[in-house]
Amino acid sequence: MLNYILRRLGAGLLLLAVVTAVTFWIFYVLPRWAGVTPHGMAAMYVGKAPTPEALDATVERLGLDQPIAVQFFDFLRTLLFGQEFTFGRETVECAAPCLGYSFTTNSPVLPQLLDRLPVTLSLGLGAAVIWVIGGVSVGVLSAVKKGSIFDRLAMGTALIGVSLPIYFTGLLALAFLVHEWGLFPVSRYVPFAEDPVGWYQVMLLPWITLAFLHAAQYARQTRAGMLETLNEDYIRTARAKGLSERKVIFKHALRPTLTPIVTILGLDIGMVLGGAILTEKVFSLNGVGAYAIDSIVAKDLPVVLGVTLLGAVFIVICNLIVDLLYPVVDPRVRIAT
Amino acid sequence: MRKRTLGFVALGAAASLFLSACGGSATGGSDSASENEFDQGSTQIVNPSDKTGGTLKYAIEADFDSTDPGNTYYGWSWNFQRYYARTLLAFNPEPGEAATDLIPDMATDLPEPNEDFTKWTIQIQEGLKYEDGSEIVAEDIKYAIARSNFNGGTFSLGPQYFATHLDQADHNVYEGSDPLAGFDSIETPDDYTLVFHLKDSFSEFPNVLAQVQTAPVPIEADRGELYQEKVLSSGPYKFDGEYEPGVKLHLERNEHWDASTDPVRPALPDRIELEIGVAQDEIDQRLVNGDIDVDARGTGVGAAMKGTLLDDESAQGNLDNPYTGALRYVNIHTPIIENVACRQAIMYAADRDSLWRAWGGEPGGDIATNLLPPAIPGSNPDSDLYPSEDNKGDLEAAEAKLEECGEEDGFSTTIAARAESDEDVQTAEALKESLARVNIDVNIETYPTADFFGQYAGSRDFVRENEIGMSVSGWGPDWPTGYGFASKITHGDAIMETGNFNTAELDDPEINGLWDQALQTEDPEERADTYEQIDTLVMENAAILPVVFNKALLYRSDELTNAYYQPAYMMYDFMALGVDRG
Repeated sequence: MLNYILRRLGAGLLLLAVVTAVTFWIFYVLPRWAGVTPHGMAAMYVGKAPTPEALDATVERLGLDQPIAVQFFDFLRTLLFGQEFTFGRETVECAAPCLGYSFTTNSPVLPQLLDRLPVTLSLGLGAAVIWVIGGVSVGVLSAVKKGSIFDRLAMGTALIGVSLPIYFTGLLALAFLVHEWGLFPVSRYVPFAEDPVGWYQVMLLPWITLAFLHAAQYARQTRAGMLETLNEDYIRTARAKGLSERKVIFKHALRPTLTPIVTILGLDIGMVLGGAILTEKVFSLNGVGAYAIDSIVAKDLPVVLGVTLLGAVFIVICNLIVDLLYPVVDPRVRIAT
Repeated sequence: MRKRTLGFVALGAAASLFLSACGGSATGGSDSASENEFDQGSTQIVNPSDKTGGTLKYAIEADFDSTDPGNTYYGWSWNFQRYYARTLLAFNPEPGEAATDLIPDMATDLPEPNEDFTKWTIQIQEGLKYEDGSEIVAEDIKYAIARSNFNGGTFSLGPQYFATHLDQADHNVYEGSDPLAGFDSIETPDDYTLVFHLKDSFSEFPNVLAQVQTAPVPIEADRGELYQEKVLSSGPYKFDGEYEPGVKLHLERNEHWDASTDPVRPALPDRIELEIGVAQDEIDQRLVNGDIDVDARGTGVGAAMKGTLLDDESAQGNLDNPYTGALRYVNIHTPIIENVACRQAIMYAADRDSLWRAWGGEPGGDIATNLLPPAIPGSNPDSDLYPSEDNKGDLEAAEAKLEECGEEDGFSTTIAARAESDEDVQTAEALKESLARVNIDVNIETYPTADFFGQYAGSRDFVRENEIGMSVSGWGPDWPTGYGFASKITHGDAIMETGNFNTAELDDPEINGLWDQALQTEDPEERADTYEQIDTLVMENAAILPVVFNKALLYRSDELTNAYYQPAYMMYDFMALGVDRG
């Protein structure tokens, strides 16, 4: 078991290295192919109408004229062993794992990421709870009451949920539920530890909006899986044995249906934790997703690398957890060690 | 009075993502119409009050370039940072024409120049204090200027006027044990006097002394790039906790600031809160609902809210529609379209009316037929070297010019526009259509906004390799004079390899000479005459096709006191604002 986990983590690390290299390549090599000079790149990070001296200094400060390999290994060395940074006359130790300092705001990347992580964790995990419970329950009910009005309504709603993008449902929810009817407060994220009630109030609407998008998929998947399983011979046998319908559904039919659900859940949570960009932007939540998109627009490489790595880490970890959960959900599965 | 209305705006914004056309008269209306008038804040102080207290709430979508006064160039940032950064001089806190006059802030009087404007002497008030109670001395201002302009590249975001004009050998304050050793272009004979030595005559130097780079920084407080986390305040407010990039900046009162020394800041609210990272549509909605007081960006509401507000009768008294001070224009690149007659053909053929419509018509601004915006002395918005009926373009004159430049069958060229700016792209499309009438075939290429001047239209190599004949641009003044507005976009010396904002690469000896001459002229009116001549010459050279003098639509809540548009900052004067929640 431990061996398995270690092997998976090893593969994960390799993946992270590849992701980093590709991000670097996109940032540095692609523009050079397009004929952009280091000074052209530097113009991004200076004020309007810069002097040539300012451009020279920026090229040097950000190392834009260094060969890509040098920059890449510099980044890896900083990440693994930390580095000292000089600001004016002040030298600051950035301990490993050090993601460096933002090109545009000069703030340290890792602490910024960690500051924003609670927002994204709150959003992602809270929404996941709603979409799993909501989606799976609706799916089960729809399967059991196949063809009923409830089934049709639920599947119709699910279709709407899958089809409508967050920037539509989110803006709609904001317009009516917040601004028009005042059912939800207009305010910023407050940490759970500071004000649990306030946190819940602020997060509820983003949770519901994000969950609406995902729940639909879970409902449809659960319904399809349940319908298939309910036609299996062993279900008929279970019913023939005289088991209660409740036991048949929850013990015998739902469990095998959950395996694919757990798989997509792992991927979904991994992705949402890497930053639910649209949801965060629409609800003006300053999470990892908003940080990611802002840094991409500003070509803030250290931040882009930071958020990309964090997203990749979450996907690797969530997938690992999912794989470890398979035997729990379905006892027929054994992890190969 | 709080208003919970206009909820349809966000819906409209959502819908406009699907439907490119967004008109309609969706609005809930206000609870009651404001007693004020449309555009009142452009010329008068609205809701005058000396009521103190309360929290003034700002929101903005994009972050500061930096909260460090030594390293910032955003217009709103210059306006906002005055809460905690006092400057040597300031613009007169009054609406209208008087607003562009300079008055002393930390200084006791305006600076005294020598005969040829190469030496300037200024005194500061005694007894000014930082937030820690220590005294502000002349050397702190000298150091602040040195660190912002002579730093070996540590700071690259702010303007470089001191670096350009001070008579100073290479210097880096972050090298060596004494940061000011060898920095002798600014002398401080005593604790309250500064003497600036310039390389060349610079009669408009006092305008540079109104920039936030003159806010004092004691050497020992400077932490390089990290100073922005907590700037040592010299103004009426100080940081409440650290600045959180992308999230917030909160300010509280600075007890050591003395109101009697400060002619610029009434400092009415007890607290200033700036929320960062709020989507523009959300800001507009909160502004109208009274959940925030000011959109810190200061350039007006977004497209979705604009339509809604203009259609809403009861909102008219809450709206101001001032000039933003910016000119929207098209550069006609002289190295690509070399013959001046060919460029003039473009000037004649352009349908200015349709270009103006691309900018939203009436509320978007006025048709521009000259270079200098109306608020700038020397501007003559009535001058029009390329007149035509109803501004639809003079095709006959255009064809004659084409013949003159030997292209009687027309020619082909490429125009560059910023991909993320709908107005820029629509301007390019409108121009393409109007030039097609005289067989000038225009190919539109769009490039990312962030790199537009660094790598595309502002890169001389790129422009030549791709034969880009025109580019859509916009420009606002660093200070409200002809030089502060147009020197960077029309002086030959301003041409750069990359990051080039004299994108037309206009390098006319006569124009360059007039710029230099203006800087040796003391009388502002005489300077204004020179600027008018430059304006005409730029138009004759047909290097810049003016499109609109931009206007913004600003929402001013009834709870906001002392609101007026300050043309020097090109937005509401943040320092004057207070709140009265009734």
